[in-house]
Amino acid sequence: MAFKNYILVCGGTACDSGRGVELTEALRREIEAAGIAEDIQIVRTGCLGFCEKGPIVKVLPEGTFYVSVKPEDAQEIVKEHLVKGRVVDRLLYNHKQGKSLVGVEGIDFYQKQFRIVLRNCGVIDPTKIEDYIARDGYKALEKVLFEMKPDQVIDEVLRSGLRGRGGAGFPTGKKWQFAAAQPAGQKYMVCNADEGDPGAYMDRSTLEGDPHSILEAMTIAGYSIGASKGFIYIRAEYPLAIKRLETAIAASHEYGLLGENILGSGFSFDIELRFGAGAFVCGEETALLASIEGERGMPRPRPPFPAVKGLWGRPTVINNVETLANIPVIILKGADWFNKIGTEDSKGTKVFALTGKVKNTGLIEVPMGTTLREIIFDIGGGIKDDRKFKAAQSGGPSGGMIPPQYLDVPIDYGALAKIGSIMGSGGLIVMDETDCIPDIAKFYLDFTVDESCGKCAPCRIGGRKLLNYLGRICEGRGTLEDIENMRKISDAMCRASLCGLGQTASNPVRSSLTYFMDEYLEHINEGKCRAGKCKKLIRYKIDPEKCKGCTLCARNCPVNAISGSVKQPHVIDQSKCIKCGACFDKCKFNAISRG
Amino acid sequence: MSKLTLDSLRKLREEKQRSLALRDSENKDVQVVVGMGTCGIAAGAKDTFGAIVDIIAEKGLTNVLVRQTGCMGLCHSEPTVEVVVPGMPAIIYGKVDVDVARRIVDEHIIGHKLLDNHICDRPAVDIIH
Repeated sequence: MAFKNYILVCGGTACDSGRGVELTEALRREIEAAGIAEDIQIVRTGCLGFCEKGPIVKVLPEGTFYVSVKPEDAQEIVKEHLVKGRVVDRLLYNHKQGKSLVGVEGIDFYQKQFRIVLRNCGVIDPTKIEDYIARDGYKALEKVLFEMKPDQVIDEVLRSGLRGRGGAGFPTGKKWQFAAAQPAGQKYMVCNADEGDPGAYMDRSTLEGDPHSILEAMTIAGYSIGASKGFIYIRAEYPLAIKRLETAIAASHEYGLLGENILGSGFSFDIELRFGAGAFVCGEETALLASIEGERGMPRPRPPFPAVKGLWGRPTVINNVETLANIPVIILKGADWFNKIGTEDSKGTKVFALTGKVKNTGLIEVPMGTTLREIIFDIGGGIKDDRKFKAAQSGGPSGGMIPPQYLDVPIDYGALAKIGSIMGSGGLIVMDETDCIPDIAKFYLDFTVDESCGKCAPCRIGGRKLLNYLGRICEGRGTLEDIENMRKISDAMCRASLCGLGQTASNPVRSSLTYFMDEYLEHINEGKCRAGKCKKLIRYKIDPEKCKGCTLCARNCPVNAISGSVKQPHVIDQSKCIKCGACFDKCKFNAISRG
Repeated sequence: MSKLTLDSLRKLREEKQRSLALRDSENKDVQVVVGMGTCGIAAGAKDTFGAIVDIIAEKGLTNVLVRQTGCMGLCHSEPTVEVVVPGMPAIIYGKVDVDVARRIVDEHIIGHKLLDNHICDRPAVDIIH
């Protein structure tokens, strides 16, 4: 026999410290006292994420959501809600407008996420085309093929305000329009699935979780621009996404949703996969096209833009995975539905891969205009170990570091550009006080220098020079002149590089010099790294007063640099120390200092 | 399957929608859905999936359908598993290893009780119905 009700009590650390355990016990006592213990199960959950208003209690199946519940409230919840069926209003989350809400649906916190792109991710079986069809899959294609003319489709996408989600944010409808305006003949539709930023996995998850949405969108795009052939350029490092795409393409062929005369409409379209070898620069559209053609993946100057002269010299539209995943929904729900979501400048939603020093890492989708604070502190549950937030990096190695004072900037293309970052493809890496800013800048530069194709001098030489300067600063050998030179080189790279990789590679440096100059100066003037990350600048020392001689540090030192006998203060041999910090982490008496 | 026409696609969609709504395919009224994106698999979702299938066979439960899906977005608590039992609310469990999988079958599916300390929340109410 199933229970009548389930009481979920959040068992996250924050709720526990808010007397969550005591609360659970109180609820248990109350349901026994009320004689309803057989009808109700009390369950402790993992962190429900809304730590700010904890402890959280959720009553299922109705989904009543109580916040800031104290053990003293247990009696009322049991007597009023569970026995008499009356919701305890005073414990509901009070909405901004002053009205209390019963379920999670109305709560801001849970409405922060809005899933358009990820509508089927985690819901359908991606290997079953029937699952996709049941969730209105291929309904947009139906509508397009039988009820709309190509220019009507383009007009709908234009009016939706959808902008490219790969990073640059070019209006998708415009791209389609340019390609459609080219004289008829062989045209191509390309999906850019060459996701390469460290920490980004939005496109991979979309392809793995909902491959048919991309196939449907590409077919719609093909119909609109007059292309009969599509390519998905995907990196070979995404084997599962490739497998699911192959399964999906085969099923679509079998059902006649790809190939000749789709659904008897007379329109034919086919899709092939092309694998990339994992070069970051191949996410740049002209380099991507070169790679599909079998050439070395290097960008070329634009114009001519690919919409005019692309794959094998033919008009080609290149759209990113996330951009395409929006298309079927836009067609079905209409441009006017879509363009009401988001901000003036940016419509719709954005998917982020939220990673780094945040409690709840995950794949999230929020309407444009959501603030970074909401993403990190509400959805992400705040910083791990309750440390202090230092910066967030949007756009991966091409983006900038966003400091705490801009946490409330609404996320859209324009607003992020204003503060020196970019929307990028959606990697969002959170840094805390244990991250060193010059060190992080060095990490990103190291990546872009490695990935630079070397065709143009500003990127090839500039990137290397910047990396050298950063290396010196992190070793305590930097000078104030270095900073000036870094500024000049960064500007030159921005203006003179051939493609997006070089133009944006210096963003981490530029933004950190603007917002975190004090950390650079500390490294240069005082030889100090406040985060304790720059190994050359730190020294571990044992305080003989505090050391109890427990030998734990000596046993954990990987290079045997610590000596001392039991119950006697230990000493670190600085010439042997590799500054790994193992002793610092292990010491139970705070006897080891880092400075 | 022969090639679809417009009408047969619409018919197929209606049929499948009905079976999804009933959560009933081939007389299986209990569904266990395992998140099998790369994030889930990296965290051990394949073992979890295998274990669930094995335990269900071992217990002789014929009414349980085990399905896979993509990333549910809760990467911090992979592997994630959704359990839908008639008469009970749909529940998402996080950090489901082989042991937890066994407990899910024993306690949730057979015993109709929820498991402590592993319940997560779906990140967003879905917009497309």
